[in-house]
Amino acid sequence: MRKDQSLGEYLRAQGVSRRGFLKFCSATASMMALPPSALAQVAEALENARRPSVIWLSFQECTGCTESLTRSHAPTVESLIFDAISLDYHHTLQAAAGHGAEEARMAAMEENAGEYLLVVDGSIPVGNPAYSTIAGISNLDMLKETAANAFAIVAVGTCAAFGGLPHADPNPTGAVAVSDIITDKPIINVSGCPPIPVVITGVLAHFLTFGAIPELDALGRPAAFFGQNIHDRCYRRPFYERGQFAETFDDEGARKGWCLYKLGCKGPTTYNACATLKWNAGTSFPIQSGHGCIGCSEPNFWDKGGFYNPISAGMWGSREALLGAAAAGAALGVGSALAARRRQKKAQGTEI
Amino acid sequence: MTLLDFARGPGLQWSLIIMIVGLCWRVIGVFLGRWRKDLSRPRSDDLVQGGLRAIITRSAPAPELEKNIRFQHYTGYIWHIGFFMTVLLYEPHIAFFKSILGFGWPGLPSHLVVIPAAITLAVLVMLMIRRMIHPVMRLITRPDDYLSLIVIISALVTGLMAYAHMGPRYETMLALHFISVEILFIWIPFSKLAHMIFWLLSRYRIGTFFERKGVKA
Repeated sequence: MRKDQSLGEYLRAQGVSRRGFLKFCSATASMMALPPSALAQVAEALENARRPSVIWLSFQECTGCTESLTRSHAPTVESLIFDAISLDYHHTLQAAAGHGAEEARMAAMEENAGEYLLVVDGSIPVGNPAYSTIAGISNLDMLKETAANAFAIVAVGTCAAFGGLPHADPNPTGAVAVSDIITDKPIINVSGCPPIPVVITGVLAHFLTFGAIPELDALGRPAAFFGQNIHDRCYRRPFYERGQFAETFDDEGARKGWCLYKLGCKGPTTYNACATLKWNAGTSFPIQSGHGCIGCSEPNFWDKGGFYNPISAGMWGSREALLGAAAAGAALGVGSALAARRRQKKAQGTEI
Repeated sequence: MTLLDFARGPGLQWSLIIMIVGLCWRVIGVFLGRWRKDLSRPRSDDLVQGGLRAIITRSAPAPELEKNIRFQHYTGYIWHIGFFMTVLLYEPHIAFFKSILGFGWPGLPSHLVVIPAAITLAVLVMLMIRRMIHPVMRLITRPDDYLSLIVIISALVTGLMAYAHMGPRYETMLALHFISVEILFIWIPFSKLAHMIFWLLSRYRIGTFFERKGVKA
């Protein structure tokens, strides 16, 4: 796509029909919880949108977020939208390497100062900056430098949004989220391990359409996608209400598709769009595949007491602590009984 | 640490530790305390039978008093049964017990458990209002009674709200439910709620005492 080409022109050149384009616009408007009357505005804005510069930084990550986006049911209109941005820097996708790559980043930052979108996946190690460097630059320094002139930041994936797996106890690298470092820029957290591709493109589409960040929830996530929990939208919810639960992954309940709550499903406390948008072109999502939600779009999801423990179960250390409490209580009881006996004996002077 | 993490983790652990310490302390303290020596001649040798009999007979109101205490007595049965149905037959609760005990048991459909829970809540609220407006009940009610009622009602209200996804977000409501139950755990040993342990022991004790005296328990 040429820089002077509008998105509408580009999509038509790629063979996307007007009907297909409007379908995408209406789906985008719907995903973003916009009223039907906003459809024309969305279509017009996307039609005339110019490609914004995007710099994508990958820090302590597994590339799953990039995989999620690029390996999704391509080619789709969403992926074309992705093509329609000017992705000026991305380790995994760019052809340039070494100093050439870094020069591309610097050039993009200079040419689009104050206007470019910074996308970050992966957490930032602050325990020792040497744990993760790019071209000899620590993740921390690169983030600060690149964020300084960004219009907004999209923290893609739970690692960038909340620290994710690297942040899990005992957090050996001192991993932190983007929002722990950058506090003076708008940050959109698109959490998930990985995030749903359509959610990433939906956020980019919103930016293209309105030139602003979408409405966010308390954790900085787009409210349109993270406004409801998985449990409320889960197709297995009726089984929960009926008290029909799979007890193991291969029992009759599991085969009949009953609720996975007792197998540790974190759907009731996880906010994401998996149950509605699903994955692989709307084919399925983890619960539909027979595994409970692990709550990957929530902060500290690795440290919530185990993926296979129900959320109504406690997250304490051990039963030994309770046995210790019983022993301590017994000792206290013996002590107080003996003290009472001594007091009574002293007061009454009688035989025990 | 989120509120739910605290409630499921340290909050739960410490409340259980306090409850167990408190109950063991009280029970063992009572057992090992100084018991007054009964110098009278025993009227019966079968004190165990007397103790067991008292556990059963005292589960119904004494015929002489039934007319006056019927309401309080049977509403007590209603909410206790409803409460234990809610606690023991709701599947997420069973999952909780399983995490402690290592085993579970069959439960009821969630929407069926709501019925005893709602009845229990209604009866408890009614009993609390009665305590506030009934002249005799007001005289014999102590802060302990009100606090115990409030603690149990809180656990029921937060549980029902979490079930119905009412009020704050689900995880917040679930955390509040956990915390209300943890307050209940902590309150049990130091209040009249300790009767959950002592009711059998005290009935048995009074039964043996009466048996020895030749009194009909």
